[in-house]
Amino acid sequence: MITWVRVFVSRCVAFFRERKLDDDLNEELSAHIELAMEENLQRGMSREQARIAALRSFGGVAQIQERYRTLRGLPWIATTLQDIRFGARMLLKNPGFTAIAVLTLALGIGGNTAIFSIVNGVLLNPLPFPHAEQLVALHESKPNFPRGSISYPNFLDWQRENHSFSSIAIARGYVFSLTGRGDAEQVNSEYISADFFSVLGLHPLMWRRKFNGAPNVVGQPVTLDGHNYTIVGVIPASFHLRFSNFSDQDVYVPIRQWGVSVLMQRSAGLAIHGIARLKPGVTLQQAKADMDEVTRNLAVAYPDANRGAGASIVPLKEQMVGDVRPFLLVLLGAVGFVLLIACVNVASLLLARSTARGREFAVRTALGASRARVVRQLLTESLLLGVTAGAISLLPAVWGTHAALKLLPAALPRAEEISLDFRVLAFTMAVSLLTSTLFGLAPALRSSQANPQMALKEGGRGSSGTRHRTLGAFVVVEMAIALVLLTGAGLMIRSLVELWDVDPGFNPHNVLTFGMSFPSSMVDASSEEIRATYRAFDDRLASTPGVVAVSPVWGALPMGMDDERLFWLDGQPKPTSDHDMNWALDYIVEPDYLRVMQIPLKRGRFFTRQDDERAPLVAVVDDVFARKYFPGQDAIGKRIRMSDTGNAVEIVGLVPHVKQWGLDTDDTQALRAELYLPCMQMPENLLSAMRTGSGMVVRYDGSLAAVSDAIRRTSRQISAEQVIAGYQTMDSVISDSLASRRFAMILLGAFAAIALLLACIGIYGVMAYLVAQRIQEMGIRMALGAKRSDVLLLIFRYCGRLTLLGVAIGTASAIGLTRLMRDLLFNVKPRDPGILAVVAALLVLVAMAACLIPARRAASIEPMQALRTE
Amino acid sequence: MPESKSDVLQGTLDLMVLKTLESMGPLHGYGIARRIEQVSENTVSLNQGTIYPALLRLQQRGWVKPEWGTSETGRRAKFYSLTRSGRKQIEQETENWERIAATMARFLAPSN
Repeated sequence: MITWVRVFVSRCVAFFRERKLDDDLNEELSAHIELAMEENLQRGMSREQARIAALRSFGGVAQIQERYRTLRGLPWIATTLQDIRFGARMLLKNPGFTAIAVLTLALGIGGNTAIFSIVNGVLLNPLPFPHAEQLVALHESKPNFPRGSISYPNFLDWQRENHSFSSIAIARGYVFSLTGRGDAEQVNSEYISADFFSVLGLHPLMWRRKFNGAPNVVGQPVTLDGHNYTIVGVIPASFHLRFSNFSDQDVYVPIRQWGVSVLMQRSAGLAIHGIARLKPGVTLQQAKADMDEVTRNLAVAYPDANRGAGASIVPLKEQMVGDVRPFLLVLLGAVGFVLLIACVNVASLLLARSTARGREFAVRTALGASRARVVRQLLTESLLLGVTAGAISLLPAVWGTHAALKLLPAALPRAEEISLDFRVLAFTMAVSLLTSTLFGLAPALRSSQANPQMALKEGGRGSSGTRHRTLGAFVVVEMAIALVLLTGAGLMIRSLVELWDVDPGFNPHNVLTFGMSFPSSMVDASSEEIRATYRAFDDRLASTPGVVAVSPVWGALPMGMDDERLFWLDGQPKPTSDHDMNWALDYIVEPDYLRVMQIPLKRGRFFTRQDDERAPLVAVVDDVFARKYFPGQDAIGKRIRMSDTGNAVEIVGLVPHVKQWGLDTDDTQALRAELYLPCMQMPENLLSAMRTGSGMVVRYDGSLAAVSDAIRRTSRQISAEQVIAGYQTMDSVISDSLASRRFAMILLGAFAAIALLLACIGIYGVMAYLVAQRIQEMGIRMALGAKRSDVLLLIFRYCGRLTLLGVAIGTASAIGLTRLMRDLLFNVKPRDPGILAVVAALLVLVAMAACLIPARRAASIEPMQALRTE
Repeated sequence: MPESKSDVLQGTLDLMVLKTLESMGPLHGYGIARRIEQVSENTVSLNQGTIYPALLRLQQRGWVKPEWGTSETGRRAKFYSLTRSGRKQIEQETENWERIAATMARFLAPSN
């Protein structure tokens, strides 16, 4: 053992003193020869005889030196370094080949890493909570809403009577205005039940922002909506969770302290959703069965409110990522294809090159290089290529991850936590190394097998046809994959274009929405005061420069918020339970709403200033409402009764349908009837809810920034405690609703572009190689009378054959594969012939362009020169 | 001249070199090679060059150490001498060889 260490150390020392030791050895050996010669001379030999005899008895000097050297240093490392040096030289000698191969691989590895990182972060691992697999989202399922709001009394009963959850909690968003600490500010908050954070397994900790990160904020008072609250805990800034309509906010307040009387109503729909943690070992099915029983009992006990109501339990992970999963899976497939193309590309490049290098290997073999040695040299070169590509791929990987995250819809879980995943990077690098090694090696094995004499005689001339066929197959595969990706991207683009063409039912351009909170002095305002405040505010806002029209929006806002109202048709008996009531989306607005949204009035009239608290109650409905509740009749003049007050309301106007649920999904929703009610005619309880503030919509002229500032100024002039927040244009609201789709389209488009580029490079590389291989053949053809155009045609015909085959296979695959993305498409069939035709034409064009340069090179061959060289 | 020469077994050459240095004192490569040829009476076919990898092996194990010196004819040459652990190694190797030789002898002795 000691001896072993000693040998190793002495080898290591020798490794660093090779030159000196080589000189030593040379001197020692020449001394040996000379000593032998001296002795031979003494024996009477001639000088020449003495020298030959000495050398003969010594044996092969070079062989001894080689044996000596392998014993002396670290030959393995030395040869590897030598191989690397030689490999690097070979790669640098062909900068074109090297650049293309390295960039191809780098793009493939980098892109794959970026997408895999995101998919891994979003799809596989979205919840950074202990035992996240036990977490579920809870909803109350109702006839119109499979995932509806849970009423507070029902929640209490669920909590008490279930046997499946270790804890359950509910939450509901709210906007407070925070006063008494500098400028008044709107703070987004969530009303939560006591267990909310313990369900997740979190413990309140630290607080930042308004308190400058002061650690002693616990116990300090804050004023929210004019009420005093005490800070009892701080949530870590890293807390991030979005599901249903919950999102992580600045302030969390106990839901019991929410001062609305409807909280305790069992039938109220207050946008409350829940989360729960399954007890260890309880399955989703068991929990569902358990909750079915609980809700059945509640329906029996409270038939008015709870008939037809159940509990919907969805794994939290699914709830969070359900919407984006199909997009990400399609992207995953796309990026896999890109990696495949990259690998095929590198493989064909290596294959082509190794054929060209056949002669070099033959020479080396003839000079005594063993097959293993040649293979090792090639392996080193391939690895060098792969490692360089891997290093460069960090760039597109990091950049791609960031860029993709920026495009990601905001609703995605943990978007800010996702970073480059190094396990993924390692995996994709391994794949690409494997590819480059495999294809770097396969030809080496074959060429080193070949009889070096044969190879040398052949002079790298007419190579085997199988290799050409392999290269051709590579081109076909690349074309096919590129076509599939292009088709996918084309379908996505077409869907988005179709969606943008969908009429939302209003004109979103130049419409601004924002939230407005009244000063806390409004808390005790009477209904008259509230109405007066709104009127005054509207007037002030309407006279603000740049503002064309203005209206408060309470209730629903197209593609923003939804809100429902229950009613029954006048003249029919009042239904005994909410379940049997009619439902409609309700927009509680002022007369200028139609001007703001530019919704055309179809018939009748919209509200006027005279439709106030003293005038008869009126409503305006949309087409869908009219068709659904008054089929075949004129809705105008009909009356409905509101479920909360029982008051009769007369329908005075008819407007077209607005796509409340978004451009893509509105048509498939169950609840689409729309009901407009004037703000000023709201009953007391609703009006008092509006005393803290409301959403507003404004149609503006000129610059958005100027109008925003002007509105803020106007608001401050009215009261310093009045807060304007959450500016958002309707254009951006619509565009947000298409965010996932646009995300998928941009990425898919990028991948398709990369695929096209890679395929183009691949075709060019292969054709250039084939032309180079056949220069002599071309020369002979031209010497025998072929015209340049014939040669050009020959190349184009070959290229065209490969392209058409690729297009055919690609089209068939595209028809099969794009079916998988049917859910992502809008108004376009997966096998849209137009898109397939355009994509195929594009591909043929690009392929022809790619083989233009090689073809022209072939046509410009000087026959005599081609025949003379080689 | 003997009719056949036998190849030198690997471990054998090492021991031959060590033994030569023990009996002759410090010696250069050529001297060692000549001495082995003489002692074996030319029964082993030795490419003299193979002595050098063997010397390197012994040197790496610390059994011999080299030193530049001058030959009897005034040439600069590398002289090798035994180290203490080299002497110990000879004892061990000798024991080894005797055991093997004895064993082989028993096998090769005519049975009766």
